[in-house]
Amino acid sequence: MDFETVIGLEVHAQLLTETKIFCSCSTKFGGAPNSHTCPVCLGMPGVLPVLNRKVVEYAIKMALATNCRINKSCSYARKNYFYPDLPKGYQISQYAYPLAEHGYVLLDVDGEQKKIGLTRIHMEEDAGKLMHDEHNPVSYVDLNRTGVPLIEIVSEPDMRTPAEASDYLKRLHEILVYLEICDGNMEEGSFRCDANVSIRPKGQKEFGTRTELKNMNSFRNVQRALEYEIKRQQYIVEHGGAIVQETRLWDDAQGVTNSMRSKEEAHDYRYFPDPDLVPVIVDDEWVEKIRRELPELPLVKRERFVNDYQIPAYDAGVLTADKALAHYYEEVVRLCLSPKAASNWVMGDVLKFLNEEKRDIRNCPITAVALAEMIKLIEDGTISGKMAKEIVEDMYKTGKAPQDVIAEKGMVQITDEGALGAVIQKIIDASPNQIKDYRGGKDKLFGFFVGQVMKATQGKANPQLVNELLKKMLAG
Amino acid sequence: MELNQLTIHELQEKIKNGAVSAGQITESVFQRIDKVEKRVHSYIRLLKDEALAAAEKADNDIKKGNIKPLTGIPVALKDIVCTKGITTTCGSHILHNFVPPYNATVVERLSDAGAVFVGKANMDEFAMGSSTETSYFGPTYNPWDLTRIPGGSSGGSATAVAADECIASIGSDTGGSIRQPAALCGVVGMKPTYGRVSRFGLIAFASSLDQIGPFTKDVEDCAIMMNVLAGYDPRESTSVQAAVPDYRQFAGRDIKGWKIGIPREYFIEGINPEVEAAVKKAIALLEKQGAECINISLPHTEYCLAVYYIIAPAEASSNLARFDGVKYGLRAAAARDLLDMYKKTRTQGFGNEVKRRIMIGTYALSAGYYDAYYKKASQVRALIKRDFDEALKKCDVILTPTTPTPAFKIGEKTDNPLQMYLSDLFTISTNLAGIPGISVPCGFTAGGLPIGMQFLAGHFAEDKLIQIASAYERTAGMEKRRPQL
Repeated sequence: MDFETVIGLEVHAQLLTETKIFCSCSTKFGGAPNSHTCPVCLGMPGVLPVLNRKVVEYAIKMALATNCRINKSCSYARKNYFYPDLPKGYQISQYAYPLAEHGYVLLDVDGEQKKIGLTRIHMEEDAGKLMHDEHNPVSYVDLNRTGVPLIEIVSEPDMRTPAEASDYLKRLHEILVYLEICDGNMEEGSFRCDANVSIRPKGQKEFGTRTELKNMNSFRNVQRALEYEIKRQQYIVEHGGAIVQETRLWDDAQGVTNSMRSKEEAHDYRYFPDPDLVPVIVDDEWVEKIRRELPELPLVKRERFVNDYQIPAYDAGVLTADKALAHYYEEVVRLCLSPKAASNWVMGDVLKFLNEEKRDIRNCPITAVALAEMIKLIEDGTISGKMAKEIVEDMYKTGKAPQDVIAEKGMVQITDEGALGAVIQKIIDASPNQIKDYRGGKDKLFGFFVGQVMKATQGKANPQLVNELLKKMLAG
Repeated sequence: MELNQLTIHELQEKIKNGAVSAGQITESVFQRIDKVEKRVHSYIRLLKDEALAAAEKADNDIKKGNIKPLTGIPVALKDIVCTKGITTTCGSHILHNFVPPYNATVVERLSDAGAVFVGKANMDEFAMGSSTETSYFGPTYNPWDLTRIPGGSSGGSATAVAADECIASIGSDTGGSIRQPAALCGVVGMKPTYGRVSRFGLIAFASSLDQIGPFTKDVEDCAIMMNVLAGYDPRESTSVQAAVPDYRQFAGRDIKGWKIGIPREYFIEGINPEVEAAVKKAIALLEKQGAECINISLPHTEYCLAVYYIIAPAEASSNLARFDGVKYGLRAAAARDLLDMYKKTRTQGFGNEVKRRIMIGTYALSAGYYDAYYKKASQVRALIKRDFDEALKKCDVILTPTTPTPAFKIGEKTDNPLQMYLSDLFTISTNLAGIPGISVPCGFTAGGLPIGMQFLAGHFAEDKLIQIASAYERTAGMEKRRPQL
């Protein structure tokens, strides 16, 4: 049987506000356990939440960047369940009245644009963390993360392959990081994803029974878990079984998903409006102010790079994947005025060096100014492309300007026709047999002479000039 | 008269004249406590050392001429408001050892105004009750008849004022928990408008209904207390930024030409005839002062109790989830695993009435029942509020009995929760509508039990309540009876 896969994703993104959503504790990651807490986020009796407006502002940014309709009024609800990392016994979230709805993100699927719908974006507070003693039956609670603001981004079941799901996640991730509202760190849990997946016979309209997958902490794991789960579901259906609606955990080491809880065991969260908080009114003026302050988004930047710089879509994609990289590239272009050369050097050499050391473009030892200088030196013939390869490596290692590297190495190109002519004449005089063969029709020997000239000049000869002079002088 | 029997304004005069010291007042209150507390049981915890130290500081301030609205005035706090460094139990086993690291906003306001805290007053567990019998620390007894309940849930706060074990006190009112015990103990009690007095540090029962307010010996004292308590608090999102008038100015003004609404739904069959007679007598007196009494209707009154007993337990079921043995308070010993710890802790920590309300509330919010219960109740609540909005267009204030009956016997209704819930019949609607109410004494039964009536007004019209309650009090010529203890 031919199956079609249906995937929907729920993404939780931690917002980069300085303070928590309902109190003024720090949101910093990695403090000593319970050092970023107060009676409010500890859920002590009698304390009350007060909303951090910055959280709403950041959430509106994301809603605008994903084409959502922002509700004029939204409100908070309590999601009730017991767990030691949830000090109040309920999580303050949004339920009936979320911040924003009906958005979309555009994907590039086989060269065509595909719209992935967003059901809603809502704000909520994060829970704490439990730490279990390995040797004793004791657990510890760290509530530093309790009350760190989150947005939950819920997609429509619009994805049809694990690759689309992974691509969608990357687009969301990119937008969040571009907006500077989330650091996107999946390992530290500031960007988390749960997936709902089902299969159905091709052509069938109704959805199949879905399972929910949790515990996937990288793009790759999301894709792997989905691939595994689809195969598992297909196997069951093909063998006459039925899919059970349940929550399953991804086991990274084993590469499988395992049942965590069935539908019957699912919590009844008993959502109801939180009486301690008043509705949030989002007026047009506020939204427009935020809209005006939005940075250029990845998709728009990508198109602009293709149109303005006349570089291939692929290059534009690589260069805009990171806002800082895109900025770096634009600086280089602004200074050297050679978009294609700049793209080649940034994508080829600079990114290769950075990737080897897992370094960020923000910490790149080669400044945009230095790289632009180097490109200009190639273009005005001071150095050859080949020399530049060596120079740029040195620039990366030392952080020096290209001129300094060139001077230290004595690498200035020989462009003096007289001097080069003399060198060539010496080679011609020393190679009578090769001259004879070349003039007799062995054109391939031209390369031999180029090599000889380069050897004699330690690679400093201007290649174009060498070509010109050699052709003239070898012709006799 | 002993110092502990005087009002705030009488003591203020004496303090200003230098006739008495804060130390003398506090001593007098603690002498009275020594004499009667064993029989009345107003307090869960007394703060004698702290109070004497505070009185000493007050006397230093007085010497420097720095006299604030409550300088040297002994005040009792219901044990539901958090006091920094002082055990705050909410009348429950589950919080028997809880020491808050912060003060409730009202505690700070009172302290800043110079008040001397006498102790933490007894209450129904988590303010769930109408008789102060559900307290983990044992019941409180009505000073007018020690075989009877004082009302609740703020029973200890009411009896402490009625028995002169303090000068004024703080209570909280979710469905009548200030006004009902005030009526049954013969003192003045006000529930302010929702949002008028900060709830920060008030251990939540039903967050959309809870409101802190004062118990006092007369209406002028109520105004003095409200001047200190009322005001915006940035630590509470539902706190309202509205100007706070000087309430004391309104005590003593006449009420000529005022219209008083008498809702027919509050004079029902089953109301105690002595209560009805006392309130009718008060109506006649108010008319003599130039007020006009008109009949009004609050058509959704019959649904108040049902709406209240869905919304309040629903919110409570969520508010009380934090008492799980993990972080503070009681943790049951010898639990097998996490679930077992939760179950044992909450089974041992909560009393029956609290458990009953948590179960009702959990049920009302459950999937499949939410629409029929919580949502429907919220919709009817809006209608109840509209009843008051409409009625208050026709009159300045509304007058009703505070309770259908005077104080009942201890144990009389403990096995019949529905009967118990009926004692809040007249007070609950005020909380559902979010409007202010004040209960003032309006007579005694033949058996010598106090009777109270309540005035209700529109949102933030506490000034009107002070004005009419004070006008009534000044001309009623109420006998200055005191309980014989």
